Amino acid sequence: MKIKNIYESMEYGPAPENANEAIQYIASKGKKFGLFIDGKWQLPSSKKYFDSINPSTKGKLAVIADANKKDVDLAVKAAKAALPKWSKLSGHTRARYLYALARQIQKHSRLFAVLESIDNGKPIRETRDIDIPLVARHFYHHAGWAQLMETELNAFKEIGVIGQIIPWNFPLLMLSWKIAPAIAMGNTVVLKPAEFTSLTALLFADICQQIGLPDGVVNIITGDGKAGAAIVDHKDVQKIAFTGSTEVGKIIKRSTAGSGKKLSLELGGKSPFIVFEDADLDSVVEGVVNAIWFNQGQVCCAGSRLLVQESVSKKLYKKIRRRMETLRIGNALDKSIDMGAIVAPVQLKVIDELVKEGVKEGAKLWQPSWACPSDGYFYPPTMFTDISPSSTIAQVEIFGPVLVAMTFRSHKEAVALANNTKYGLAASIWTENINLALDIAPKIKAGTCWINCTNVFDASAGFGGYRESGYGREGGLEGLHEYIKPKVESGLADAPFAYKKEKKKGNKKIENSLPPMDHTLKMYIGGKQVRPDGGYTTKVVDAAGAYLGEVSQGNRKDIRNAVEAARKNTKWGGMTGHKRAQVLYYLAENLALRADEFASKISNMTGCSMDLANEEVALSMDRIYTYAALADKYDGRVHSTIHRNVTIAMPEMIGVLGIACPDEFPLLGFISTIIPAITMGNNIVVIPSEKYPLAATAFYQLLETSDVPAGAVNIVTGNKDELSQVLAKHYDVDGLWYFGSKEGSKQVELLGAENMKRTWVNYGKYRNWADRAVGEGQMFLRHASQIKNIWIPYGA
Amino acid sequence: MAKTQARKKVAHTKESKVMDITIPRNDGIPFDAQLIGNLNINRSAVERRAATIATRRSVKKEWQAAWLLKAISFIDLTTLSGDDTPGNVTRLCAKALSPIRPDILNALGMGKEKITTGAVCVYHNLIGHAKSSLGKSKMPIAAVSTGFPAGQIPLKEKLKQIELSVKAGAEEIDIVISRALVLNSDWKALYKEVKACREACGEAHMKTILATGEIPTYTKVAKASWVSMMAGSDFIKTSTGKEPVNATLPVSLVMIRTIREYHELTGYKVGFKPAGGIRTAKQALAWMILIKEELGNAWLDNHLFRFGASSLLGDIERQLEHHVTGRYSASFRHPMG
Repeated sequence: MKIKNIYESMEYGPAPENANEAIQYIASKGKKFGLFIDGKWQLPSSKKYFDSINPSTKGKLAVIADANKKDVDLAVKAAKAALPKWSKLSGHTRARYLYALARQIQKHSRLFAVLESIDNGKPIRETRDIDIPLVARHFYHHAGWAQLMETELNAFKEIGVIGQIIPWNFPLLMLSWKIAPAIAMGNTVVLKPAEFTSLTALLFADICQQIGLPDGVVNIITGDGKAGAAIVDHKDVQKIAFTGSTEVGKIIKRSTAGSGKKLSLELGGKSPFIVFEDADLDSVVEGVVNAIWFNQGQVCCAGSRLLVQESVSKKLYKKIRRRMETLRIGNALDKSIDMGAIVAPVQLKVIDELVKEGVKEGAKLWQPSWACPSDGYFYPPTMFTDISPSSTIAQVEIFGPVLVAMTFRSHKEAVALANNTKYGLAASIWTENINLALDIAPKIKAGTCWINCTNVFDASAGFGGYRESGYGREGGLEGLHEYIKPKVESGLADAPFAYKKEKKKGNKKIENSLPPMDHTLKMYIGGKQVRPDGGYTTKVVDAAGAYLGEVSQGNRKDIRNAVEAARKNTKWGGMTGHKRAQVLYYLAENLALRADEFASKISNMTGCSMDLANEEVALSMDRIYTYAALADKYDGRVHSTIHRNVTIAMPEMIGVLGIACPDEFPLLGFISTIIPAITMGNNIVVIPSEKYPLAATAFYQLLETSDVPAGAVNIVTGNKDELSQVLAKHYDVDGLWYFGSKEGSKQVELLGAENMKRTWVNYGKYRNWADRAVGEGQMFLRHASQIKNIWIPYGA
Repeated sequence: MAKTQARKKVAHTKESKVMDITIPRNDGIPFDAQLIGNLNINRSAVERRAATIATRRSVKKEWQAAWLLKAISFIDLTTLSGDDTPGNVTRLCAKALSPIRPDILNALGMGKEKITTGAVCVYHNLIGHAKSSLGKSKMPIAAVSTGFPAGQIPLKEKLKQIELSVKAGAEEIDIVISRALVLNSDWKALYKEVKACREACGEAHMKTILATGEIPTYTKVAKASWVSMMAGSDFIKTSTGKEPVNATLPVSLVMIRTIREYHELTGYKVGFKPAGGIRTAKQALAWMILIKEELGNAWLDNHLFRFGASSLLGDIERQLEHHVTGRYSASFRHPMG
């Protein structure tokens, strides 16, 4: 090109990043990659390989080993063998390894960036300036946590062998989110990168070797979904961490149901990007670019649903269209592009079909006037307007550069539209009014809320979803809890606490001319005592088999009513911690007034001594005090992130939470499970002990007299497993705790998978509720809440 | 390396063809408080955008050479010192007319092109010397005015200064605004002041210096930009070069976005001049990318874009020689200005 011509046209020219080092690296491996097992490169036992393609050029980069079950076995075996030594190393020693990994990643940052770009198709600007620096940051941050584990987290220990399955959209970044916290906390891992994008994980394996990471601590297995399934199903894997589609997330949840494997799932999204009329609209435009055209929109938390206040929608659409016209798309290694290639033809097809569907449904499509290059898998930035929430493209995750826009009239409507989705990964809120921003953020069902920014990440802040976007957090202290467990939980019993039965003097019937007063124990729904829908009752007997009374036999309709009542109550969750504490103290006070009555119920039902029963009542009051005390103390953090902003990590209630109470300790077991749940502001549906329900049914009278708002606590008596399953299947129940049998636990996990319920089950392991160490504390509150990170950049 | 882009239509080609046609002057519009009432600029978001301007685009090789030559045409080659004399101003003018060694221009295939800086920029007292030094060339002389740099003199004096400078032969007048009016949000008064200056300028083009380093918020920078344009500024300019903070990319972004909106509203194209602290070829490219991205190629024209700079040219010369020879250059190899 002649300089004179350029001088006149003032156009951009090609600015290719040099790929020589990356090409040489691949060549040095003979363009063929094996499996990294036990610190060594090994051939796949299948002897099969698949191609790795550069999506910018459709050219073949290398062949990658296709692992099968046998290879997975070997990898898990290596991880298992490495575990005892690795987990016993001092935190400082592990910190040194993580630090070395961080340094190595920094030292080879350009090689990683180029390799990632040619493998994935994402622009070199993004890999160079965003992905790889965040990868290094993640290892640095977690080197710190390794160092601090013994002091800061000494009540916890590693989980064991972790199976990790990561997606293709941020290959190395997702690897770092998985591996750094896992090995920092003393776990060992078997990680499978996505088959489209294995190269940087394999380079990472080389680096593990280079720094002398002990063999077997990190194992990298390449392959397709079958290898992933082998990891998920492996009996020696104690936890699965998965990032990917909601569909596969559900499969994993179902296939691990009842196994006791811990899960963290980072799934899909259809995240709202909400623009209020007072926002800085030009900045909003760049926000939209970063929300939906970052990484070609192949981002789980992409701000793909633009919600604009009607008053500024036309102006904003015009600005966005102008900006779309100036976006540049091309080879991932070009330093003058905004968008690279779509990862693979299959994804391109999905995007294309959904866009066609949108057009067919009558949405207004807009794409820039320029054409995409044809030598790779490219898709242009796309915006749909005139969208209604009912259209397919407004609901389905497209995972491509496609924005759907709709308008709202009021703040309330903005929140309603934002939450009108089964997902809940992230949200972006644009307004210059801090009052408005901080009012909206807590109302959005999403794990991350970005105020006036979007797609900002850091190792010190947790990231993860609400609803069907999965659960668990990655990053920050909240993320560490996915890779540790309380030491005390290793000591849970295989059998429930057994009562020492006392030889009773018999329920000495008072010799009286009057017959005993008939006692009707109802259920408690929406603040009212209600009769069971089915009209049946069940006899409750004492330890000796003598008649004690009758309780209602709740059925699925009673559960339905209870869930409705729980959903309707918005008062309880909106109260301050202090106010909830006041109500809890009042509950304890009222319990104290009726302590004798509760004690004799316990004694009657279980046959235990009055001393023991009195002790249980006393412990119950004590427990309520614990949570009343914590109600205004279990609060969030302000994370120290790498950006100029306040990042608030705020524990929020789960929402509607079902609780199937333990049988042991009729009152204390009930108290120990329901109180932490309501402490965090959840509205709950409780299934009391089936065997000893009377403590719970008497308790509703306390609820009535203790200012607990109607619908906050609903009690449905009846068959525990039957009712639990109704709760597990209910779409409007956000979480479910189950304390019962092994099989019941499995069913809850299995049936709860459909809407990604936050389930917490005991797998037939039993707590001694009288023991504070396992019967109370912050771990209960952790299960009763989820962390939302709100990012608030500032600057005058 | 695959072709970056096969564009069906390049966004701004059409406009850049009309580049040489005289751009209608901004006559201003009546003061409209509503236009600035709801302005809100988000600093963090602006900074994020500004930080990625130069990482999203890169011009290399011939493109870089061509862009740097273009950058020269944007320079208001400036000297604004207490010790300016006819001698150094004469040198400055000679350099403005012949900013690049002819052998370098020839090697770039641009020997036949008339490449000069956009203007020379001096204090009032040096206008006459500049004029005689520039001889018959059409190079405009810009004079700083209105009590530059602080502007702490009566309006009457300001207008008188402008008139004198125009009479002395300045075709461009760089005025400073009264910062107090911005700090105290006295927008109507600012409008009146700038409008009066514009009237005093007559045919001379007026660049209005906001002195953004002394304006506390980006929102106020945006408002001051709007008021200056409403009052008929031909250019809005960031700084005098004498404030503690001079031109920055974020503040430029704020200002050029108001230029875009003003153009959409009125049809007038107002120019932009970042000044102070722009010393390297790399910085110049970043600003040009910013202009191209946010305003389009139509603004990559020295009727609408200028750099206020004194040492930038030296770095560009070195970069261009490097482009031609493949050797890193040295400043003594290029004639002084």
